[in-house]
Amino acid sequence: MKAFQALDGLVVPLDRANVDTDAIIPKQFLKSIRRTGFGPNLFDEWRYLDVGEPGQDCSQRPRNADFVLNQPRYQGAQILLARENFGCGSSREHAPWALEDFGLRVIIASSFAEIFHGNCFKNGLLPIVLDGATVDRLFAETEATPGYRLRVDLAGQTVTTPAGELIPFEVDAFRKDCLLRGLDDIGLTMRHVEEIRAYEARRKATEYWLFD
Amino acid sequence: MTVHTLYEKLWSSHVVREEADGTTLLYIDRHLVNEVTSPQAFEGLRIGGRKPWRIETILATADHNVPTTAARAHGIADPVSRLQVETLDANCDEFGITEYGMRDPLQGIVHVIGPETGATLPGMTVVCGDSHTTTQGAFAALAFGIGTSEVEHVLASQCLVTKKLKSMRVSVEGELPRGVTAKDIVLAVIGRIGTAGGTGYAIEFAGSAIRALSMEGRMTICNMAIEAGARCGLVAVDDTTIRYLEGRPSAPAGGAWDAAVAFWRTLVSDAAARFDAEVAIDATMILPQVTWGTSPEMVTTVDGSVPDPAAERDPVRRDGMRRALAYMGLQPGTPITEIAIDKVFIGSCTNARIEDLRAAAEVVRGRRVADSVRLALVVPGSGAVKRQAEAEGLDRVFRDAGFEWREPGCSMCLGMNDDRLSPGERCASTSNRNFEGRQGAGGRTHLVSPAMAAAAAVAGRFVDVRTLCRSPA
Ligand code: SF4
Repeated sequence: MKAFQALDGLVVPLDRANVDTDAIIPKQFLKSIRRTGFGPNLFDEWRYLDVGEPGQDCSQRPRNADFVLNQPRYQGAQILLARENFGCGSSREHAPWALEDFGLRVIIASSFAEIFHGNCFKNGLLPIVLDGATVDRLFAETEATPGYRLRVDLAGQTVTTPAGELIPFEVDAFRKDCLLRGLDDIGLTMRHVEEIRAYEARRKATEYWLFD
Repeated sequence: MTVHTLYEKLWSSHVVREEADGTTLLYIDRHLVNEVTSPQAFEGLRIGGRKPWRIETILATADHNVPTTAARAHGIADPVSRLQVETLDANCDEFGITEYGMRDPLQGIVHVIGPETGATLPGMTVVCGDSHTTTQGAFAALAFGIGTSEVEHVLASQCLVTKKLKSMRVSVEGELPRGVTAKDIVLAVIGRIGTAGGTGYAIEFAGSAIRALSMEGRMTICNMAIEAGARCGLVAVDDTTIRYLEGRPSAPAGGAWDAAVAFWRTLVSDAAARFDAEVAIDATMILPQVTWGTSPEMVTTVDGSVPDPAAERDPVRRDGMRRALAYMGLQPGTPITEIAIDKVFIGSCTNARIEDLRAAAEVVRGRRVADSVRLALVVPGSGAVKRQAEAEGLDRVFRDAGFEWREPGCSMCLGMNDDRLSPGERCASTSNRNFEGRQGAGGRTHLVSPAMAAAAAVAGRFVDVRTLCRSPA
């Protein structure tokens, strides 16, 4: 997995609550059997004026100029600013794959749906929860300031504004460690093979019908 | 004596190891696999030189991409869908995994076939790369959706790395009014607590109204626990659970059955157990529900009307409502019963079990789908449900009324196959998500119960199904 340590990046504001995984990557693109290539179809129904199909050349499609990701001032953004319950809906990991493939590395929101939140960490994407008032303020600053950037430091667990204000954030210690080092957690789990076997032996003694 | 919630019992019996910060290696008993979220996991397994840890715990089926018309006998026309389904077949062959493939009589939506084959049992942890795995919590199983990286992790190690959730109890007490169903209960719960209300929680559904439900009804409720933001939904074991499981092909038999039943009976929250949050709902006050927006929490009762965003004080919510109404093509103040529909979909892992089809058929019997309705679909949740319905003559009831009777699969719940809404089309749907574009780009979804969808098909607009009920109150 791709590691994430720190980033100084342009911020793009997506001012909607409850952005769901169907919006992040519509179902027709879930037919792919690959892990990459989802970026051009990120937010497909909002970014383009036509209906997207897998395998299209997206550079030729008509774009929705109003959609924030299409606006010139936000090109090259690596930090997505969002509202509460971001990533609600399905478990599709295609959602973080699409965000990451598009070039985003950090999502800041007042809350996330749980499965999506967990999926981000497994794909080198850092989801940061900040309180609603701070998120409100970041939206106002981003919209008011062309070229607005934030510095995100995972080790120190801080977001720094252009004015130099330090905003701390919480992150699960285990997930942080895996993300900082780019660790694959299957490898970590496989160090406990003996414990898994011992557990199975214990369970078998009680719920034996599960082991026939 | 220490007291525990059902969730705590299920959790603690599956802990393989726990770190000081609560990060836990949790053992998984049943792994359900579909074609959409597994190809990259199998690929990862191969790249890592790993093998599935316990093949016999895995059950696979193709549900999202499969055509539901008779043309399915000739395979899948869309090459991209076909490749995904064939990839599942090939992976199952390579690793020796049991699969109910597209032509198997047991094929169906994964959350329908898990319970009906007895693959899902009380006391299990059940995972699938699909968020509606919550459905199976109706059996007092700890059942939740996972991402593709986790699918690979469970394949490789039979475990997941996760943390314990908080617990919430939603108590639904009293008798449901006539014509009001499990779907209306769960929509009312989501309307109350919101789509993020359950975030961080395992929700146990309790109370006399839940105990009175069949397993089908309980599955409908747990299915949509994810729509309330919860990672899983649970219902305690009782006689209804045990009766449902007896004789299922993968359920234990003989002496093992008796031992299992004795154990399963302990899978209830202890009387004095404390929950981190409690919600109480009065079942006698629930009316048939209809969603009006693009999130399941945007829901009202059939006697209500489309709300006015101007009356909402929170600016983010007000914006969300405005956007939803624009997308849905609705005006504030419009009575729900004046909303005309173009299509009807009766299906999905929420409402495509036999009891759902019976409830819809009961409304439809002897009536006709309104001329203004372009397409009314019934898509059984599984091959077994389809055969049962046909044995009861329900297929005739639907066909005689002008419905199409299809082969099992996810179908128009999300339209990965050919069953979709066209832009602007309005659908009465028994599925679980009314997100923008969910049933097809530009399509407009109203979530309702099977009986309400059937009533809407007949009337061409939403009607209170209770006005169509034939039996006296
Ligand atoms: S029926 Fe719908 S919600 Fe259920 S598994 Fe299929 S696509 Fe997902």
